[in-house]
Amino acid sequence: MVAPPVLRPTAPVSRSEATSRPGPLVTATVAILVAVTLIPLGYVAWAAVSIGWTRAYDLVVRPRVGELLFNTVALVVVTVPLCAVIGVGVAWLVERTDLRGRSCWRPLFVAPLAVPAFVNSYAWVGVIPSLHGLSAGVLVSTLSYFPFMYLPVAATLRRLDPAVEESARALGSNSAGVFFRVVLPQLRLAILGGSLLIGVHLLAEFGAFAMVRFDTFTVAIFQQFQVTFDGAAGSMLAGVLVLLCLVLLVAEALARGSVRFARIGAGVPRASTPIRLGRNAIPAQVGLAALTVLALGVPVWTILRWLWIGGADVWVLDDIGTALGQTIGLATVAAVLTTVLAFPVAWVAVRSSGVLARTVEGANYVTSSLPGIVTALALVTVTIHVARPLYQSVALIVFAYVLLFMPRALVNVRAGLAQVPPSLEEASRSLGSSPSATFLRVTLRLTAPAAAAGASLVFVAVATELTATLLLAPTGTRTLSMRFWSFSSELDYAAAAPYALVLVVLAIPLTLVLFRQSTKVAAL
Amino acid sequence: MRRGRSSRIAVVVSVLAVVVGLTACSSSGNDELLVYNAQHESLTKEWIDAFTKETGIKVTYRQGGDTELGNQLVAEGDKSPADVFLTENSPAMAAVERAGLFADLDAETINQVPSQYRPASGKWTGVAARTTVFVYNKAKLQPDQLPKSLLDLQQPAWKGRWGAAPTKADFQAIVAALLHLKGEAATTQWLAGMKANAKIYNDNIATLKAVNAGEVDGGVIYHYYWFRDQAKTKEMSGNTALYYFRNQDPGAFVSLSGGGVIKSSKKAPQAQQFLRFITGKGGQEVLEKGDSFEYPVASGVPANPALVPLNELQAPVVDPSTLDAQKVADLMTKAGLL
Repeated sequence: MVAPPVLRPTAPVSRSEATSRPGPLVTATVAILVAVTLIPLGYVAWAAVSIGWTRAYDLVVRPRVGELLFNTVALVVVTVPLCAVIGVGVAWLVERTDLRGRSCWRPLFVAPLAVPAFVNSYAWVGVIPSLHGLSAGVLVSTLSYFPFMYLPVAATLRRLDPAVEESARALGSNSAGVFFRVVLPQLRLAILGGSLLIGVHLLAEFGAFAMVRFDTFTVAIFQQFQVTFDGAAGSMLAGVLVLLCLVLLVAEALARGSVRFARIGAGVPRASTPIRLGRNAIPAQVGLAALTVLALGVPVWTILRWLWIGGADVWVLDDIGTALGQTIGLATVAAVLTTVLAFPVAWVAVRSSGVLARTVEGANYVTSSLPGIVTALALVTVTIHVARPLYQSVALIVFAYVLLFMPRALVNVRAGLAQVPPSLEEASRSLGSSPSATFLRVTLRLTAPAAAAGASLVFVAVATELTATLLLAPTGTRTLSMRFWSFSSELDYAAAAPYALVLVVLAIPLTLVLFRQSTKVAAL
Repeated sequence: MRRGRSSRIAVVVSVLAVVVGLTACSSSGNDELLVYNAQHESLTKEWIDAFTKETGIKVTYRQGGDTELGNQLVAEGDKSPADVFLTENSPAMAAVERAGLFADLDAETINQVPSQYRPASGKWTGVAARTTVFVYNKAKLQPDQLPKSLLDLQQPAWKGRWGAAPTKADFQAIVAALLHLKGEAATTQWLAGMKANAKIYNDNIATLKAVNAGEVDGGVIYHYYWFRDQAKTKEMSGNTALYYFRNQDPGAFVSLSGGGVIKSSKKAPQAQQFLRFITGKGGQEVLEKGDSFEYPVASGVPANPALVPLNELQAPVVDPSTLDAQKVADLMTKAGLL
């Protein structure tokens, strides 16, 4: 499937959509992105065809698969709403109330994403040895993934027009009324985007359940790779995840509807009046502290205990420094590139309606719902036969990161773009600015916080990624997560601990810097 | 419109420039031997350091698991950049052999390894070994309550009391040995017993941790996980002890870590030399003296003194090339374990 050369809204609903038809550069970027996104999907399709109907049927229709599919579906159905409640609640407290120490709380709720999944499940089994089954899966994945909800929601909250809320309040609504009738509807895109992101990640999750005796469908896929060493069987099974992801996408699209959420009015960012928590301040602080302890405290305590056991010997600074440098390098390049590429895709998705726009956006989610090993082996197969010089190069691994983590950037950029009122851009144009100047001075500035949130999510994802890095990075690459995995698979947790700690600590200043920068840019 | 495009192009180009720059910096030299290493990293590093010291040949490696690198080699086919493949367990070696990607090993290498520690095909060789053990929680089981045979664990008395990691290739090697030694009917029956009795863990480490925490009384794992944890923190094995089944029991099965030379290697002589080195005295002594706690299998080198010597384990005799991984996978799938 190749995208047609010109993307056009099927039925321009309004003047603004007609004027914002994508230019050739956007069209070309989107078309190329769609084409490369199809590499792993094509591989899965090829696998399904090559192993034949009978064997595919035998692989898919067996009791254990039913059990695992049920687990996967149940995990998604329970975890996503839980994450939504936690993510929105935390974001609202941190962004819109007079909560003390808000700037200290902010980065703490991104850091859980940087905790290696294995550490999380190891730590939790340490706390509750009998942890198993669906409840264990929900616990570990909720604590690992609620930041996916928190980040886009917080970014959107920061950009909401306070005037609407003030009007609602002036008309007699209380805080709760304002939240449910004014704020929440405007957060819908961010919440749905976060839900989609969490759902997609849960489909492909593997490492988080390493110690907790909870198997999902991805386990069945890995087993095929482990037992048969026949890429086709495992990749074919991944086709089932593709179908599940399509279900998620359709559900999200239906829930999203066609309402637009652009801010009206002058477009001058103005801080909203913080809502006074009053007597609720203490419960709020306690709640946030409890969440931090559960999501960060438990795994970090485990890491610190290992560090204590290891003493000074485990701090091999040369190795840690090299791993840190390589991780930062790869993650920065991938984060910037992914976010830049997310703009044209999000732009098409927000500003034009129709099947094509949905397909373009959806293709990225479907690809990232595939387990890392499937995408990585697809790229191994394709590059070694078609683009040998690129095999195991930095370009290839960065490309893989873009494929794997595009949704993280997309969700955020999309939510940000949807809030940019086209009338502002039109005003800029009518005052004589070129489209590019308009993009830079109006659109980019208004979407900066969202883009920064997306970039930080991609950064953290790359820093903790393992399978694709093992298979596709240049020989000699040793990222933090590779080193951590290598030591922990030898049971040398003391030596592994510094790498895990550096990973977590790395996420905190990164988020802080990104938040500061994005706020500054938006306020220019 | 023109300026907009050019500024966005500028961003994209500058990012790509960084990417290309990084590529140039990180590409490794071509004179180095490349090992796809699914064996534990620290052990292979010791082998490489000793080899380079002795021969002056530089070696670099790509670290991964049996599953990842085995599948990667099969996907790469005859275009693989790898020269040598090292694994933790034999199924990945067998898979690469089935794909026809191994060269014949030098006779000198083969002659260093007793025949029970390599496949008859001569396409690869055992380079180290690990034995199946029953790890048990000392507070939950007394020595006289231990199972006499792996087969006892299918009895109703063991319901909910033992754990293992059946989804892992290394456990499947144990089942393959069971199938080879006792036949299909007995294996099917045992697997049904396992499905009913065992708590299923993700890997050896999770099983060991659960036994230590008293979640289950005992578990079937490989020996060196226990010894490594004992040597480090005892965090996951402090409450446990090991029991060896012996008596040629399927539970006394010894599994091989393998090494082979990739057929498409452009440095075949050096690759063969590397295999000869690690199965030679120098390479095997790394196992004896290091802290990998895996068994040496070649050149008459004894085991680490902390271990029960290999020849006292009364392991069943099983040719690694006769292990039928596919049949095992089928039986385990039918039993609902896979």
